[in-house]
Amino acid sequence: MANLYKDTPALKFHLTSHPLMERVVELKERFYADKDTYDYAPQDYQDAIDSYDKTLEIVGEICSDVIAPNAEGVDHEGPKVVNGTVQYASGTVENLRTTTQAGLMGMSMPRRYGGLNFPIVPYIMAADIVSAADAGFENIWGLQDCAETLYEFGNDDQRSRFIPRICKGETMSMDLTEPDAGSDLQSVQLKATYNEADGYWYLNGVKRFITNGDAHIHLVLARSEEGTKDGRGLSMFIYDRNDGGVTVRRIENKLGIKGSPTCELVYKNAKAELCGERKLGLIKYIMALMNGARLGITAQSVGISQAAYNEALSYARDRKQFGRAIVEFPAVYDMLSSMKAKLDASRAILYETARYVDIYKALDDIARERKLTPEERAEAKMYSRLADAFTPLGKGMGSEFANQNAYDCIQIHGGSGFMKDYTCERIYRDARITSIYEGTTQLQVVAAIRYATNKTYLNRIREFEAMECSEDMKGLKETLVSLAVKYEAAIDKVMEGKDNEVIEFFARRLVEMSAYIIMAHLLVRDASLAPELFAQSAGVFTRYTAAEVAKHCEFINNFTADMLADYRK
Amino acid sequence: MSLKIVVLAKQVPDTRNVGKDAMKADGTINRAALPAIFNPEDLNALEQALRLKDAHPGSTVTILTMGPSRAADIIREGLFRGADGGYLLTDRAFAGADTLATSYALATAIKKIKDYDLIIGGRQAIDGDTAQVGPQVAEKLGLTQVTYAEEILKVEEGKITVKRRIDGGVEVVEAPMPIVITVNGSAAACRPRNARLLQKYKRALTPTERVSSGSDYASLYEQKDYLNLVEWSVADVNGDLSQCGLAGSPTKVKTVENIVFQAKESKTITASDAEIEALVVELLANHTIG
Repeated sequence: MANLYKDTPALKFHLTSHPLMERVVELKERFYADKDTYDYAPQDYQDAIDSYDKTLEIVGEICSDVIAPNAEGVDHEGPKVVNGTVQYASGTVENLRTTTQAGLMGMSMPRRYGGLNFPIVPYIMAADIVSAADAGFENIWGLQDCAETLYEFGNDDQRSRFIPRICKGETMSMDLTEPDAGSDLQSVQLKATYNEADGYWYLNGVKRFITNGDAHIHLVLARSEEGTKDGRGLSMFIYDRNDGGVTVRRIENKLGIKGSPTCELVYKNAKAELCGERKLGLIKYIMALMNGARLGITAQSVGISQAAYNEALSYARDRKQFGRAIVEFPAVYDMLSSMKAKLDASRAILYETARYVDIYKALDDIARERKLTPEERAEAKMYSRLADAFTPLGKGMGSEFANQNAYDCIQIHGGSGFMKDYTCERIYRDARITSIYEGTTQLQVVAAIRYATNKTYLNRIREFEAMECSEDMKGLKETLVSLAVKYEAAIDKVMEGKDNEVIEFFARRLVEMSAYIIMAHLLVRDASLAPELFAQSAGVFTRYTAAEVAKHCEFINNFTADMLADYRK
Repeated sequence: MSLKIVVLAKQVPDTRNVGKDAMKADGTINRAALPAIFNPEDLNALEQALRLKDAHPGSTVTILTMGPSRAADIIREGLFRGADGGYLLTDRAFAGADTLATSYALATAIKKIKDYDLIIGGRQAIDGDTAQVGPQVAEKLGLTQVTYAEEILKVEEGKITVKRRIDGGVEVVEAPMPIVITVNGSAAACRPRNARLLQKYKRALTPTERVSSGSDYASLYEQKDYLNLVEWSVADVNGDLSQCGLAGSPTKVKTVENIVFQAKESKTITASDAEIEALVVELLANHTIG
């Protein structure tokens, strides 16, 4: 029987083989304090990992048996608007029923609210697997992430009213974008008015491009401070569909992820409650929400890359031309090995980032129960900073790789790939959004550039250089050490004029180099532990990194500020 | 009303995915190449049982299976989906059973379970394809039976209403309980394993399995009784050895032939003795049986 988890051994490696995982689990499980209270809580680290592994087997089975087979029908049927509400495609309904029955909603939420209390690593792994089966369904299922934000910033009463519903299968949405507020969320206009009489807020206005906009529970960004114009006048609200007041005006007709309803919402005196403090909506809560969502999109990108690679490899092995399977031709295996290397590289940075997020989030949560020790505070700070630095790298490069892999997947299918008969055309369309939403690749560069210029990435690279690796990987590591020297010189060159326009112009190149070198190090580390899984990709990706670094350095080193005139429009 | 439901389930080799190496050189099944799975129609039956449990709070679903030690997997699979417990009938004396000896063993176990409203199982197993065990269990227990069930529509005042999939259509029947029902593969698919139940029951073991699993987490079995799965031998169910296993199996396989179904038409007869006798005579005459 096919099982998207068991058939992808790299996943189990990332779940079980990193030394940081033990710390992740003991923090999330408060050193296994739940074991006598809940019959499904783990006894110890091994027991917890075993539970994650077995749960992911369920995810893999559902994805192979239900979600993947439904994907084509959902893509064709799509959701509909009926009387201002969303009606999902029939396959989506079955997918939601099945994932709910399997207990895969609210996976990371504490047990006292009915969740599984899983760390981010196994949760995001489920998202990776779901995306490989049907990237469009991941949008609906993966919005359970919003529960993290509700948990972090809501009060106890809100947590206990809403989170158990999410764990029982109610879906969520995050209502941020408006017609005139896309990348620039500071200009959100949806109006929130406080009613002294009943103590509730009432929302009026329009939101656009809202994924799963007819969800049961919405987190809404709205302007609570009359007369303000920037982000400091925005607060975050919880809207409960049971209270009414929001209608779906239309669903967008999209290129891909067609099963996921992207809604235009009209708020007419929709009753809502404030989540957290006023005025912190955008500057604190939505920023946290977006970081989580970006990790989710990285997982979605990795899942799409995996699906593209699986389809391409299987076709290349079956398809015979000139009397041979096309996989035997260098032009084809060159593409396939590069797809696999990009897949393994983006997956490596996904789980590296997820572990960082896990540690600082668990420590933040512990800080709500007791004062952290100075060591714990330093630990939380370090991993929080690393998570912030790595999240845009993973999202930016992972989504670009998903697109490249989807492109190559069709290329390997040749003329057949251009027909609607093969899965690769859907993968190609679904991949396209990943480098756009939750911040375009260009905005990921904006978020990442400071870590390149202040050498946070370089310092991390130096730490990777100092780590042990296997004998077989030493050659690749030496290559990476020499690349870091060129990379540092390029940063210095870009920074020397202290010209902001020049820095912004080169930001993409510096961030890409940072990402490539970091991902190559991660692959060298993984290949040292599991050469049978990663040695090929470590070699392929390191050589690719060397070529990319050389290309960018060539460009940067021969550039003078006056050349910008050729680029300005 | 709350119901006591027993689900009959069998572990079978996965004959749906037969590859090149499914058969060994000597013509026997290569069990390593055919993973042992929960018989598919028994999963359909389990789903019907679990739906009744959902609709009738306080109901219990108990898995009853017969097989070697590893068949305890079937009970765990049931627990992961929402069953409350299970019994594994396991004894060397049960081995080699045909449908008669199997239904005898199951019926004796059900007599020991004693308190039940509904016995439900799949129509047939994918290894033997006989569809005999369910009806034989009903006969041995003297219970009403409904076969080819597709959906249990309701349970009310000791009566159960069942939709059956029959030749060319469906039929809705009402019957008194306790009852034996066998479920058709066209019924709703079984729900998936549940992550929380899986974590709760993943270490549930039979006494035999505990011997081989070593002493890991030994104290858990003292604290959490639901982790101790029940094994029953022939003696435990007061079975008559001459009716169990190979000794109790009159079926002898003489030869196995490939057949291709050619008849396009079916023939419907009533349940009257005269018509059944006429059919038996006809089948004997044309050597279909005998």
